[in-house]
This record gives sequence, structure tokens and C-alpha cells, in this order.
Amino acid sequence: MDRRDFLKHLGWVISSGGILGGLSADAWAKMLNKTYDTTKHYYGMGIDIDKCIGCGRCMQACKTENAVPAVPYYFRTWVERYVIKTDRTVSVNTLNSDEPGDVLVEKDVLRSFFVPKLCNQCDHPPCVQVCPVGATFKTDDGVILVDSKRCIGCRYCIQACPYGARYLNPETRVADKCTFCYHRLVKGLLPVCVEVCPKQARVFGDMKSIASPLGRFTRMNKIHVLKPSLNTDPKVYYANLDGEVN
Amino acid sequence: MEAAQNFMELSKQVVGFIYPNEIDIQWSILIVVYPYITGLVAGAFILASLVKVFNVKELQPTYRLAMLTALAFMLIAPLPLQLHLGRPERSYEMFMTPNLTSAMAMFGFVYLWYLMLVLLLEIYFEYRRDMIVWSSESTGPKKWALKLLSLFSTDISEKAVAFDKKTVKIITIIGIPSAFLLHGYVGFIFGSIKANPWWSSVMMPVVFLFSAIVSGIAMVMLLYMIIIPLRDGKIDMKCLDRVASFLFYAVIVDFSIEVLDFIHRLYESEESIKILSQLVETKLFMSMVVLQILLGMLLPLGIMVVIKVFRLQEEVRKLLYFVCGLLIQLGIFSTRWNVVIGGQLFSKSFRGLTTYKMELMGIEGFLVALALLIIPFVILSILIKLLPPWKKGELAGS
Amino acid sequence: MKDFFKKLPEQAVRVAVVFLVFVAVVFVIRQFIIPPEMKEPALQQASSMEREVAKEIQYAGAQICEQCHEKEPQIKKIGYHRDLSCESCHGAAQKHVENPTEVKPTSPKKRDYCAYCHKYNSSRPTGFPQINPDTHNPRKPCITCHNPHNPKPPTTPRSCAACHAQIERAKAASYHALIACSVCHTAPEKHKTSPRTVIPTKPDKREFCGKCHDKGSPRKGAPTVDMAAHGEKYVCWQCHYPHTLGGI
Repeated sequence: MDRRDFLKHLGWVISSGGILGGLSADAWAKMLNKTYDTTKHYYGMGIDIDKCIGCGRCMQACKTENAVPAVPYYFRTWVERYVIKTDRTVSVNTLNSDEPGDVLVEKDVLRSFFVPKLCNQCDHPPCVQVCPVGATFKTDDGVILVDSKRCIGCRYCIQACPYGARYLNPETRVADKCTFCYHRLVKGLLPVCVEVCPKQARVFGDMKSIASPLGRFTRMNKIHVLKPSLNTDPKVYYANLDGEVN
Repeated sequence: MEAAQNFMELSKQVVGFIYPNEIDIQWSILIVVYPYITGLVAGAFILASLVKVFNVKELQPTYRLAMLTALAFMLIAPLPLQLHLGRPERSYEMFMTPNLTSAMAMFGFVYLWYLMLVLLLEIYFEYRRDMIVWSSESTGPKKWALKLLSLFSTDISEKAVAFDKKTVKIITIIGIPSAFLLHGYVGFIFGSIKANPWWSSVMMPVVFLFSAIVSGIAMVMLLYMIIIPLRDGKIDMKCLDRVASFLFYAVIVDFSIEVLDFIHRLYESEESIKILSQLVETKLFMSMVVLQILLGMLLPLGIMVVIKVFRLQEEVRKLLYFVCGLLIQLGIFSTRWNVVIGGQLFSKSFRGLTTYKMELMGIEGFLVALALLIIPFVILSILIKLLPPWKKGELAGS
Repeated sequence: MKDFFKKLPEQAVRVAVVFLVFVAVVFVIRQFIIPPEMKEPALQQASSMEREVAKEIQYAGAQICEQCHEKEPQIKKIGYHRDLSCESCHGAAQKHVENPTEVKPTSPKKRDYCAYCHKYNSSRPTGFPQINPDTHNPRKPCITCHNPHNPKPPTTPRSCAACHAQIERAKAASYHALIACSVCHTAPEKHKTSPRTVIPTKPDKREFCGKCHDKGSPRKGAPTVDMAAHGEKYVCWQCHYPHTLGGI
């Protein structure tokens, strides 16, 4: 190859490298929204088990907002009901499921409560680790997203999630899950499950903000996360979580 | 929607509590078929390598058959994966932007490496001289097919043939770890999922590999016993006995590893032991205790011990080998089933069990799986017609 | 170099050529034919985030409602529903925000909607007001008596069961069924209208239970025990939960 070709080639390499390298935080901000900088936020959620009344408004609102199939078999967020009896048996079922609820005799009940569940937006997400094409990824602001145009529907991420937070969307045939309503976050709105909760059982916070609703939550409550031994570092923090919940 | 109807029926069969998203089994029978097929490929190749690398001369009659078997199954291997994807048209992305932390992303590269650089190359060098000779003896499309396959080579001098033999040996040496990788990575795909205690185990790649070797050797043994009589040949009993010996050793190792895993689980008795015990005792009883362990492992093991201890007649031995081969195929397929389907039948909440309703029709149904298992044999028959594994003299027996 | 190639058998050369052609084709396709958007993860992630952010919003958020509707948020702020977002009951209202005159949000006026929260369920935390829809003014729409924006009950609740139904039901099946809550818990009247500001008392000494259960107590029918010798280190309710004793 002669000198001219070499320089042309070199120029092409440098300019394409420049374009990619130039995808700095500013470029991202410009692409998303003029004022939103992904590196200035880091989201987490707090859930107070003692406050949840099991009304299911969060489940219903999430389905409306995020176009989740309306059947009771796909959920981005759901609420589980735990009944621990005095004979130490535990029965669990999902709210609003088609199964008949446990007919309770109150005197046999030792403890009983509701546990909202959703994608924990882990800091060490096993789902991101196993995706063969990199379709699921963690953003700078701590939210795990699924690129529905890249996902090939192999379902490896669904197998890898210890929390059952993922499902295969039957219409798009790609993996889907809770995104903390990312499309609302960048506009300064709350995720809808937090928005419609009547008891403020769900508390949403930006851990990089000076004052965040998670502040008091994490100070005044003993915090627990789901399946800590798996080292996924979840960012959904439970207060007053019972040991029977897994 | 009819899917909802389907789920409603499934949810009636749920025992205990499962996370709501777990009602749907994600990896179906196709994902049971895939490790079974790649297992046969790896196992057949290991048998072939015994001839070329470890110089077990008695096994020579099975060498070419083993290579062709490996190729026939290898060609079908990507199909179950393609068919099960939610978006098969995007599968090329695994080549474009493979996520380097994902074991599954290895598939395309390991597959291509093994197919091209090991199988095709070795078959080329093994058959080259014969292809040149046969193409000069045939006419029409067969002649041109053989010419093409031999890459229009013409040199059949002793020196060239000696070079071929040496190359085959080198490729086989490279091929052994490649075969381990080809099937071992599948085991790692399952073994590295910490979310699933049925799968998450250090032994998973090893168990997969040894059960692959068992199934591959058994398959070649079965094919040898079926094809030779079909071509009016005589089965070389020294060869067959030797194959059965290696099969016996492989089964012992495989069985020991699985027993070790079982004992270890029971002894450590971790959190998941309750639901897993319930799984094995209820949903997996038939496929695990009866098919995999009793019929697929203990019975063949017993038969082979009997053959070794008592000197039985040739005809009796042949019959028993055949039965063993079939039982082992059943057993190894059940092993794959128990791993793949079994791992999805219990909830990650450790509080419940769900069901797998295999469809009959449908892209992930029983008929498709059956077809995928039959097609390699069709391909093999074509390959055998084109590239016969035995010369006329060899068929007459030793 | 040339000698080496001469020495290499022709079949090896043929194989090498086929291999090199294959590698070259793959290289050319990947480097020059495939567009960068398909190859670079950073670009793909950026595009994915753009698509995610562009998704339609259905719920407007309670703060926006206040901009046009001044009356209801003011009423709501002082009542029991102050933490309830407007859209919890009125449904997704973004479309209404964009087109206020033509698109109206729903307004649940029948009995079924309130039941999602207020129908009795024993797993709800204690203190949460619950009713049995079959017996509590059946067929009457809830909003007849309760203003949904400030759902103060029309009359002060007479029984503790209005908010502590689970305890009441457990107690009703226990040996303490006929003992009124007020026997053990002194509840100031204000607790019924402003529950969190004034909390009922709980017994704090063993002697309280001893009034009925100590050896020599005048109360007939209550099982007695010599309190001096029975569980001295503990208070009674550490072992005997008073709401679920024995049972029928």
C-alpha cells in the first residue's frame, strides 16, 4: 500500500476512534435530555414491609405504565403474601393470583405480612454477566436495562436472575424486566409503583443526591437485602424484612 | 389469549409457591437435545482419538465411523439453539458483539473452531487419499463431489500419505482438549449459575463431559453393530469387546462422579436440599431414579460386569452390548433432561415446584426435537455412502 | 522461505488457501461491510437508552394535578389519604394532562375500588382501617358517607375492630373473647379521631394479669397460678400472647 492509502486509512482509524471516545458524559446527556447527566445520579429503592397493605396498586400501575401483558403471569413488580403459622409452617402466594387464597384462622397465625418484589437493580448483576450479546447492561445511574432491539431471546439472563424478576415478553419475544421506570426518572418523575403506593411503603432515592428520601430510611431502619449470600449487591433495601422471605 | 389459558392450567399444577414469572419453563426440550448432541460429538471424537493418539489398534475399525458420526451430529448441533431463540434472526450478534463474560457467547467460536479446524480438517486428511482414488473410479456427480471434497488434490504418493497420517495425529491431539471445550463449556453454562442450586456446581462441566464420553462411545458401538451387518460384513469381536471395555471404564468414572455429587449434596445439606429432595422424589422420580440411574447406569454397569466376569458366547455378548448401548442412550438423554428441565421445575424461592408441559407440535415441541435427533442419522447415511468407513477387505472381519 | 513452501505438500497448501480465503472474507465483512452501530457496544447502549427514554408516559405524577386542581389536593393534605397519589384512584392521567378538555381520567364511584385497600385481609398491618364489604353498609357506595379526598368516617368508630380487625378476630376465638379491649388497654377518646397522636396504654407489670390470674384472685373462671413461683423473670405476655389464648 502506498503512503497516500496508508494516511487515508490512518485518518479513518483516528476519526472513528475519536467519535467513540468522544461519547463522554456530555454526549450522553445531549442524547438523552439536555439537562440529564447520567453520572450525577445513582438510584435505589427502599421498601418498608411494615407499611405494605397488599393493595396491589403498584402491580396494576406498573402494568399500565410499562405495557406489561395484562395476564397474571408476567410481572415487573409483584407482591407476595406470607403467612407464618404457630406450627411454623409458612405459606406464600402472589397477590391477585388466580389461586384461591389461604383461608386463615387468625389464632393460628404467628406473623403475616406482604412483601413487594421487583428487579433489585443489582450492583453485581448476574444477568448482565451472562448475556451472550451484551443486550442487558447497567447504566451509569445504576439501572439495568434490556436493549429490546439486541436481545436474541436466549433466556440465559432469566435463568441467571436469583429473584425471578425477569420474564420473556410474549409479544416482543425478548427478555423484559423492571427498569425503575427509567423513562420517568430522567424526567424527574418517580417510578409508578412508588407514585401510587398509598402508604409510602416504597421509597425511591438517588444515592448521589445530597438529600434523598432513602436517607432517613437507611439511617433509621435495619436494612436487609434479598439473598445477600449470592453477592449480587441488590439496590432494593428492605426494612423489617422477615427471615422467611427469600 | 390462549397462552393465558395455557398458564391457567399450568398454575393449577403448581405445588407450593413459585415466583409469578417462573410459571413458564424457559429452556425446553430443544435445550435438552443440544447437550445430548454435542455430547455425542465429543464422545465419538474421544473414541476416535483412542485409535490415533493412544494407539489402541483394536479400535481401528471404528475410527472412521466415529469421525463421520461426530461430523453428522455436529452439523445439526446449532439447530436446536437457533430454533429455541426468541429472536433467531438476531443470532449473528453473538459473532458481532459477544459479551466476553458470558459462557454462552463462546458457542459460535468454539463450534466453528471444532467443526472446521478439528472435524473437517481431520476427516479431510484421513480420507484424502481414498477420495482421490474413489473419484477416479466413479462418474457423474459423485466424482465431482469427491473431487471437491478433496480440494482437487492429486498427490497420492507414499510421502504425501505419510504427511496425511502425521497431520491426523497432530489434529487429534489438538482435538482432544477442543472436544473437552466443546462440551465442557455447556456444562459451565449451567454450572456457573449461582441462582440455581441444582445447576451451580464445580462438577457440572466434568459430569457433562464424562456422560458425553459415555454416550458417544455407546453410540458408535451401536452404529458399528447396526451398519456392519447391513453392509454384509462381519463384526470384529476384538474391536467390539475393546469398545465395550472403554465404555465400561467411562461408565464407572461417570457413575462415580455423579454419586460423589449426590453424596456431597446430601451431606452438606444446604438450604435448597428440601426442595431438591422434593423435586427428585416427585417430579423427577421417573426420569431420574428409574431412567437415569437404574436403567441408564446401574443396569448397563451390571450387564458389563457380568460380561467381564463370565465368559459369554459371542452372540450373547453382542446382544448384551446392544442392549447396554440402547439403555445408555436412554440414560444419558434422561441425564440431560434432569439437568435442564429439572433445574427449572423448582422455584428459586425454594418453596414450590412447577410443571413442564411439552408441546407436540410447535417450534419447541416434541416432533421438532424428534426430527432433530433423526436428521443426523440421515446425514450419517449420506456420509457413509459418499465416504465409506471400511474398505471391502475390512468388512470381512479380522 | 520459498524452499519451505516447496517442501510443504500440496494438500497442506490447498487447505491453507481455503482457510486464508475464509479468514479474509470474515475480516472484510466485519471490518468494512458491517456498519459500526452493529459492532460497538457503547453505541448500542446509547441508542438503547434513547429508545428507553422515549417511551410513553402514562402516569403524570401527583404534583402536576395540583397545578390545575386546587381544591382536592388541599382537602386531601389534611386527611388520612394524604399519602395517596391522585392517580392511585383516578388511574393514569398523562393523557388528561395533555388534553384536559377531551380526555377525562376515571373516577371510581362504586364500592369495588375502595375494597382493594380496605377489604379485610388479616395480613395487613394492624391499625389500618378495614371493613367486611358484605356487612358494612352493603350495596351503598362508599363515597356516600366517606369523602374520598378526606375519608374521615362519618361517625367516630365505636369498636376497636374498625382499625384492629385482625386482633379482634383473633381475640374472638380466644379465652379472652368476652373481655373488652378497654379492660387491658386504656384508649383516650382522641385515639379514635387522631390515632397516631395518642396511643392506648398497654399493661406493663405482671401484677396486672395477676389481678385475675394470681392465686387467690376473686375472679371466677379464670385459670390461676402462683405468680410468685411462676415465671418470675418475665412479664406474662412474653409467653402468653393475650389475643390468641387457647382457642375454641
